[in-house]
Amino acid sequence: MRQDHLISAANLSREGIEAVLDRAAAIDADPAAYRQRHAGAVLALCFFEPSTRTKMSFDTAMKRLGGTTVDMGTVESSSVKKGETLADTVRVVEGYADAIVLRHPSEGAAKMASEFVDVPLVNAGDGAGQHPSQTLLDLYTIRERAGLDDLSVGIMGDLKYGRTVHSLAHALTNFDVRQHFISPESLRLPRNVRFDLHESGAQVREHTELDAVLPELDVLYVTRIQRERFPDENEYRAIAGEYRIDEETLAAARDDLSVMHPLPRVDEIAPEVDETEYATYFQQAHNGIPVRMALLDGLLTRAKGGKR
Amino acid sequence: MSDHELRVSKIRNGTVIDHVAAGQALNVLAILGIDGSAGEGVSIGMNVPSDRLGRKDIVKVEDRELSQSEVEVLSLIAPEASINIIRDYDVVEKSRVDRPESVVGLLSCPNRNCITNDDEPIASKFTVVDDGVRCTYCENIVRDDIADHLDVQT
Repeated sequence: MRQDHLISAANLSREGIEAVLDRAAAIDADPAAYRQRHAGAVLALCFFEPSTRTKMSFDTAMKRLGGTTVDMGTVESSSVKKGETLADTVRVVEGYADAIVLRHPSEGAAKMASEFVDVPLVNAGDGAGQHPSQTLLDLYTIRERAGLDDLSVGIMGDLKYGRTVHSLAHALTNFDVRQHFISPESLRLPRNVRFDLHESGAQVREHTELDAVLPELDVLYVTRIQRERFPDENEYRAIAGEYRIDEETLAAARDDLSVMHPLPRVDEIAPEVDETEYATYFQQAHNGIPVRMALLDGLLTRAKGGKR
Repeated sequence: MSDHELRVSKIRNGTVIDHVAAGQALNVLAILGIDGSAGEGVSIGMNVPSDRLGRKDIVKVEDRELSQSEVEVLSLIAPEASINIIRDYDVVEKSRVDRPESVVGLLSCPNRNCITNDDEPIASKFTVVDDGVRCTYCENIVRDDIADHLDVQT
């Protein structure tokens, strides 16, 4: 089994992260220099769950490197519908492509799939598990705005099932960051992530209310509280309303606070925030292209035996 | 010989697994794949008094000596257990269990959304952490009631 996959942010080192972010910055500064860098290379997009942003940004990133993509389409139109295992699917797709991007509803799916292929495989989300490429673009955005050391980062919303949160929390342990987790009690970080944060010696505090910590934050990373997690619609509404950000909420924030969100949002950030200096989430989404170009560039170059 | 040892008969050759946590004897047999179908003699004492544990289970298996790997997996549910190898009624070897680094194909992951619970051609795999086990795939940690997730029938 090759080791050069991107499965979990827990496997990312500070050096590895900075290498990708530095390359992304170079691409951002001179995109034309990378236009034919992977001409002829093929990236397979295997999305077993609906996706707009992640799928389109990987597609765009590969094409801007001069390569092409093949897309397995929806699950309903694929051989998965006939009962094919994921292991078989990726072994077949490996023959078509130089790298695979996989999104799957089961936790651990990318880890398992990586054991069956020799081409680089990127986890683009596995259930409530991990979403490490999102984390790289999150870190790129944080670095642009505030650097990556001596920071207070608040992460708020559905921390239990939010895979972007799990990956970001792991990755931030590589830096001098105080992590504040704000959520309803029922949606606090899962035990395995808290275990890893404790083992890494991370500076972590958990809160049920934003007010207590907002004034000290450099970054507030908001995620959607998912309606489907609540059996009772009224309970969902009561909780979701408490974790909504608007201009009034942000009156207590520092002027240089960055409000981030992996998107899509529903109503957890009021539209009025979009026009403020706090709003960083659209830039964050745009950063997906150079960061995923940098990630693919590194994986494809190393797979060919070249140096980064 | 103390009273509780009289509750189950001595064996001539085989293994005595002592100091098993009370209530875990049947899970010990499940881990070892012993259901009596091979004709081996099995004696079980459950909830017998113990100076060290208060109450304990004890399992005696005739004509079978445990392998190192069997002892390792026993440690997951019976970390205090001692293993006595018996030959001609004498204890010829006495040891405590050691925790393994990982267990493969023995436990099912309690996370129903874990890929190991889909119909994929892989065995479950857990790394052993301080006070539990951790799924290598979904990273879920199991600390309590590990025996409930044994991938064998009790």
